[in-house]
Amino acid sequence: MATRTRNTATANRRPQTTARASQTAAIPTEWGQTGAIERLRKMMVIRAFEEKAEELFSLGRVHGTMHLSIGQEASAVGAASALREGDYLLNTHRGHGHCLAWFGSEVQLMMAEFMGKETGYCRGRGGSMHIANVDANNLGANGIVAGGLPISVGVGLSIKQRGTEQVCLTVFGDGGANTGAFHEAVNMASIWQLPVIYLCENNQYAMSMPMKRAFNIPRVADRALGYGIPGVTVDGNDIVAVYRAMQDAVARARAGAGPTLVESVTYRWRGHSKSDKQAYRTRDEVKEWQAQDPIRRFGRVLKLAEAEFDAHRAWADQRINEAVTFSEASAEPKIEQILEGIYA
Amino acid sequence: MRELTYVEAIREGLNQAMAADPRVFLIGEDVGVYGGAFGASAGLHQQYGAGRVVDTPISEAGIAGACVGAALTGMRPVGEIQFMDFITISMEQLVLQAAKIRYMFGGKATVPMVLRTPGGSGTGAAAQHSESLENWFVHIPGLKVVMPSTPYDAKGLLLAAIDDDNPVIFVEHKLLYKTKGPVPEEPYRLPLGQTDVKRVGKHLTVVATSIMVPRALQAAEQLAAEGIELEVVDPRTLSPLDEGPIIQSVIKTGRLMVVHEAHKNGGFGGEIVGRVAESEAFDFLEAPVKRLCGLDVPIPYNRTLEAAAVPQVADIVREAKKLVG
Repeated sequence: MATRTRNTATANRRPQTTARASQTAAIPTEWGQTGAIERLRKMMVIRAFEEKAEELFSLGRVHGTMHLSIGQEASAVGAASALREGDYLLNTHRGHGHCLAWFGSEVQLMMAEFMGKETGYCRGRGGSMHIANVDANNLGANGIVAGGLPISVGVGLSIKQRGTEQVCLTVFGDGGANTGAFHEAVNMASIWQLPVIYLCENNQYAMSMPMKRAFNIPRVADRALGYGIPGVTVDGNDIVAVYRAMQDAVARARAGAGPTLVESVTYRWRGHSKSDKQAYRTRDEVKEWQAQDPIRRFGRVLKLAEAEFDAHRAWADQRINEAVTFSEASAEPKIEQILEGIYA
Repeated sequence: MRELTYVEAIREGLNQAMAADPRVFLIGEDVGVYGGAFGASAGLHQQYGAGRVVDTPISEAGIAGACVGAALTGMRPVGEIQFMDFITISMEQLVLQAAKIRYMFGGKATVPMVLRTPGGSGTGAAAQHSESLENWFVHIPGLKVVMPSTPYDAKGLLLAAIDDDNPVIFVEHKLLYKTKGPVPEEPYRLPLGQTDVKRVGKHLTVVATSIMVPRALQAAEQLAAEGIELEVVDPRTLSPLDEGPIIQSVIKTGRLMVVHEAHKNGGFGGEIVGRVAESEAFDFLEAPVKRLCGLDVPIPYNRTLEAAAVPQVADIVREAKKLVG
């Protein structure tokens, strides 16, 4: 098999300028204006969910921890847009966005899980880091960095043995790309040409460790060369660019030609988790990336008037508020059921 | 009845499971043309092809993960970790993924996988190829741990493990592979979580696992000549443990010795003793309980030291006499 590593010039590790943002690809014709608006709203729902999650924490209404994906919404929605119902998802700890972008996702069941309620996707047993919707082939977020990567090998083998045309989207971060699990999994998927897409969301930091100190190569996608698979780097704040790169990777996987490593270059606006003082980066750096807000950028592509943009965001906020109302009215899990669900 | 070796019984079980169910497949290092490091899958590659007998690179985390992912999506994988020592590389996938996925997902997912692995010393392979790590997994809710001691148990428990909808760690023993015993030709299943009394006796309950079962039975033969009757009890499934027959046996004999190859410190023997101490059998104890286990030492290379590191028949005889005498 020919080895090719493509590093498209649509992204690099520094924030994009507004001028570059204006180069964003046109709306895909298959989306149309309606489909595009739908995706804008999906990104807004993710943003609103994350902001509400943050608020609920600060008010002490939820416990535990959380990993917010604010600033990374285009990556989640762009990636899911290239898939179809029946495909599989293996998600990361920073996975609220992917879960919300997934097929059949119901925001109130997400919120209920986040709030630890019996009505949540996992009956309140999983929480933020372990939200799954197995019925929709969303095989779950994962509290272990790169924990889903070895699992992707099995999902790929299973698809191959069952002879279906499904594919498996496997998401991880720049941190995950430095684990041994990454190496074992991507190599196995490559030698067996498994229908898996490895989506590395390079948000610049593994907790406090900057990408440039943790890699001695400029792009995570360059690693693909060592596995004999294509590696692509895209501007992860451009939903259309993510979608296009994913489309190629999905087509390749579905055709039985094996995995692709897609690096989506983005930035997490918030700290790693709730306790992060962010001493490892400057406010200016955060602001630079905030100027590349993936939602605003897509709003400009859609040429939406400010009022229309705000109306969509208000719709998203409304959905989140309803989800909170639903969750707060939901029952807590019963202590007498604590041992349920350990064994089948 | 026809006799098979322990490894032949396992191979026959694998073959029958694969023949009956297209969802069952094997995956591991050198399980294909090579037939597995100890021959457990010999011939199956030729019979079922590379698609169902999957040779892997040296990637133990990948093997375990491949089992988890395939199990989650409708298959019934049987993985092999070539030596139990190497399961250390698979721990994250087994302990943090396989064991917990069902619970974390609110009981809405199943992970029907089996991971076979040979443990134990006695082959001169020293400290990194002789581990008995079964109790690491006993400690983890969500996993089942099976340790067959005879060819008959090996086949019946393996088929039950493959049928089970939970992740099962199936611990074989290298020195048992060549031992022989009666094995029915047709497929049969021995329920997981069912303790088996391997020899009835009245003076001392010996709870033994894996290779310590045949050693305890040999010791029982010797002691019978001296009028001491050991009751040899084999849990077969360490988790979930069927403690009833153990407790009943101790009530009958009033004495308890646990024998296993794994290190004593933090070993399964402590669990057995704890269960008995918590039970109604406590009041029937006529002597302190005894744990006869592997020494707390990395398995040494030298032949004499290696044998001295784990219980032998003579050790069981000696300690039994002390307890009964």
